[in-house]
Amino acid sequence: MIAYLLKRLGLVVPIALAVSVVCFALVYLAPGDPLSAVVPSDASKEMIEELKKEYGFDKPIPVQYAIWLGRTLTGNLGQSIATGRPVAAEIGNAIGNTLILALAASLVGFTLGAVLGTVAGYFSGSWIDKVVSAIAVAGVSVPHYWLGMVLVIVFSVILGWLPAMGAGPGGSGEWAWDAEHLKHLVLPAIALSVIPTSIVTRTIRALVAETLSKEFVTALIAKGLRQGAIFMHVVKNVAPTALAVMGVQLGYLMGGSILIETVFSWPGTGFLLNTAIFQRDVPLLQGTILVLAMFFVALNLLVDVVQTALDPRIRRT
Amino acid sequence: MSAPLLQVVDLVKRFPLKAAPFRRRAVVHAVDGVSFDLAAGETLGIVGESGCGKSTTARLLMHLIEPDEGRILLDGREVGRPNGVPMAAARRAMQMVFQDSFASLNPRLTVEASIAFAPRVHGVAEPEARARAQDLLRKVGLDPARFAARYPHELSGGQRQRINIARALALQPRIVILDEAVSALDKSVEAQVLNLLMDLKRELGLTYLFISHDLNVVQYVSDRVMVMYLGKVVEIGPVERIYGATAHPYTRALLSAMPTMDPAHRTAAPPLQGDPPNPIDPPSGCRFRTRCPFAEEVCAAREPLLQTIDPAHRVACHAAAAGSGHSRATALAAAA
Amino acid sequence: MSAAAPSMDFPVAAAAAQGYWQGVFRRLLRDKVAVACALVLLAILLAAIFAPYVAPADPAKGSILKRLQPIGAEGFPLGSDELGRDMLSRLIYGGRLSLLMGISPVVFALAIGGFLGIVAGFVGGRLNTLIMRTVDVFFAFPSVLLAVAISGALGAGIANALIALTIVFIPPIARVAESVTTQVRGLDFVEAARASGAGAFTIIRVHILGNVLGPIFVYATSLVSVSMILAAGLSFLGLGTKPPDAEWGLMLNTLRTAIYIQPWVAALPGVLIFVVSISFNLLSDGLRSAMDVQR
Repeated sequence: MIAYLLKRLGLVVPIALAVSVVCFALVYLAPGDPLSAVVPSDASKEMIEELKKEYGFDKPIPVQYAIWLGRTLTGNLGQSIATGRPVAAEIGNAIGNTLILALAASLVGFTLGAVLGTVAGYFSGSWIDKVVSAIAVAGVSVPHYWLGMVLVIVFSVILGWLPAMGAGPGGSGEWAWDAEHLKHLVLPAIALSVIPTSIVTRTIRALVAETLSKEFVTALIAKGLRQGAIFMHVVKNVAPTALAVMGVQLGYLMGGSILIETVFSWPGTGFLLNTAIFQRDVPLLQGTILVLAMFFVALNLLVDVVQTALDPRIRRT
Repeated sequence: MSAPLLQVVDLVKRFPLKAAPFRRRAVVHAVDGVSFDLAAGETLGIVGESGCGKSTTARLLMHLIEPDEGRILLDGREVGRPNGVPMAAARRAMQMVFQDSFASLNPRLTVEASIAFAPRVHGVAEPEARARAQDLLRKVGLDPARFAARYPHELSGGQRQRINIARALALQPRIVILDEAVSALDKSVEAQVLNLLMDLKRELGLTYLFISHDLNVVQYVSDRVMVMYLGKVVEIGPVERIYGATAHPYTRALLSAMPTMDPAHRTAAPPLQGDPPNPIDPPSGCRFRTRCPFAEEVCAAREPLLQTIDPAHRVACHAAAAGSGHSRATALAAAA
Repeated sequence: MSAAAPSMDFPVAAAAAQGYWQGVFRRLLRDKVAVACALVLLAILLAAIFAPYVAPADPAKGSILKRLQPIGAEGFPLGSDELGRDMLSRLIYGGRLSLLMGISPVVFALAIGGFLGIVAGFVGGRLNTLIMRTVDVFFAFPSVLLAVAISGALGAGIANALIALTIVFIPPIARVAESVTTQVRGLDFVEAARASGAGAFTIIRVHILGNVLGPIFVYATSLVSVSMILAAGLSFLGLGTKPPDAEWGLMLNTLRTAIYIQPWVAALPGVLIFVVSISFNLLSDGLRSAMDVQR
């Protein structure tokens, strides 16, 4: 098992490096020369010179990458042009909020998805199955940012029950698990949970239906095993893949929350990305993308390892 | 006797295994020094358990995979060498019929197009290739008017195998390798296809290499039989000798496992013991010794080579070869 | 005399043989849901193409005095937007850019990703590893993030958004193409073709493509719905189309503040994105079922 872990970790390093190269290259994609991308518009000549040296723009590109990589690994993600504060600090503030949103959406999505999927799988072929499948298809076809807007229209504008924007009193820095803040969490979490719910539902439905149709289940029923015990067997078979899918979905939620955060002005990393794009704040853009992508890579690694640990069929050598 | 049509000399094929970083060089010796001859007009049956290397040997002969060592000679000239037989000619001379009748036909092509493909590749014009395809359909017992424009999924297993046979004959080969060609068919259909194969062989003067794990079928069709175990040839000889006067303990065990209705043929031969050995790390000396009821020290020490014990009957077993040091061998020699 | 046509095999009807795609098409026609979706998509597509003839008003002209009229108001069957332009006309014209930005990336990705995947699957070995590992790097990003990253770095604009989206869709298509090609390549009939001495190009052309393009194409159609949502999403963020273009995602953006005044007018563009997306999804599912019946 340890050997497998080490091997898997070894595989992650080239991917992580490649991801970092892509992020590094983003600065060069931007129109105009790279220096202007990182320099604030009101910078003094000394500042420009200093930034030039720090980034090493006069050196060949691989060297610039090495310098950038070195700085990044020590936690220095540069300075935001718009706010003047270190990028790492901005991300640090924001990522907590995104995590809260993503976890809330995951909780809703995975629970609902597991329940719907299992029910549909057990009643596969019946009208229940058809209804659930229809809901799932609708779920992946709906533009979640539009759904967010519709939720705001219904619950904020028309009914006035829930707030339309923000993460609650206290701004982006302060979150508390109280009613005031939770009220702000409800709508964005629901909007964000639609896609994971649908995907989890579909996955679990397919797995449950497939497991139930397997001959070993017929054998168990013939042996007189009660429904509850059979259910545990089904769970054991479905769990590894289902958990893997959920893990990946969590990654997508963290990385892909920008649209919902924009609709609800939720002060997370997505919102930060939005700001970065509009202010042409390339260091902030680059830093945020790097952190989110690395999080996704790490999550995939975790999912892989957990799945291997849970599924006895996967060889360990 | 004239020179054999096909000669296989010391064929070796190793497959590297990924994984286990602890083994020095994990390889499977799928085919480990296989040699035999094939005379024109005969049917050589090849039998053995799964994993013994029969299908790999077939693919090596067809040049679908490259041998690591060894030579293949057609009419006495080496295939693939500059002065020998060019690959294209070898391909025309040897064709193969596969086991899985469905996977061996392109589902998107009509039956006629599948059969005509090989001739087209070799430059035959379209109308002539189609005429040849229809003629072959007739030969395998399928009416071209009804079958030429069909697709594989519209046909039964037996019909698809007939088409596979027709496809194999499209280049007018001299040797046809039948790799478990009837194994997947129902028994009644199998009998018909076997009879078809025998008729075609007579009519077209073919030579067959018949690979199967079904000993009854092999006995029915073969002139000579070769038995393989873990990548090596353990016995080869005329079909009457192999089935009637077996010399190798493995062959004897295989034959004793054949169910028979004849009370006179109750075999007293001992069954196989032990587990099949690991093909990556075969036993030293004779590979069969871990399951052989007659294994002795000499079997672990030296690998038995194929020895002729009768004209055309060769065995790789210390117990059957005089002078090997095996206790039973001296007894046999004394009895002979 | 060779064996006569055996009586043991079941009798084969003398009906004419069907091509594979004819069979698929006929089954698809029997699928009511798929047909309905196809008709809906066709209607929206035709409306977009013939917009000048179908739309009642000029999508670019509007008067501030008539801004944010409700649905059913006089002269504005679906209301008017924040600049007083007719919503119905803007929605119809919007179909042009929205459909273009939703469908084109998948088409480009199909060409590029399909080519890469088929080559990788057929050749195997080191070339396969090289291509697929490179593709895997882009898989390490969640799609929304990748689209926003590339599009954000390149700058706003339709071309940049199309580039970003194409790059997002190349990896999944390449993966599916490689997987299917590898599978087909291992089948016996490809071995038989190799055994007959055919060259690589002939084998690919005759034996591989026909069996591989189908599944790849069906997979690509399932991506169109995602592409529609992502493309509109990019415009929603301001990264795709720019005002005053008529495009559904952009309209959702500019109408956001209008939800307090005319909520349902503001929600309209999203309805269309949803309809197109779900139609493509259901059509793709239907296509997959129609193709699955055969082995």
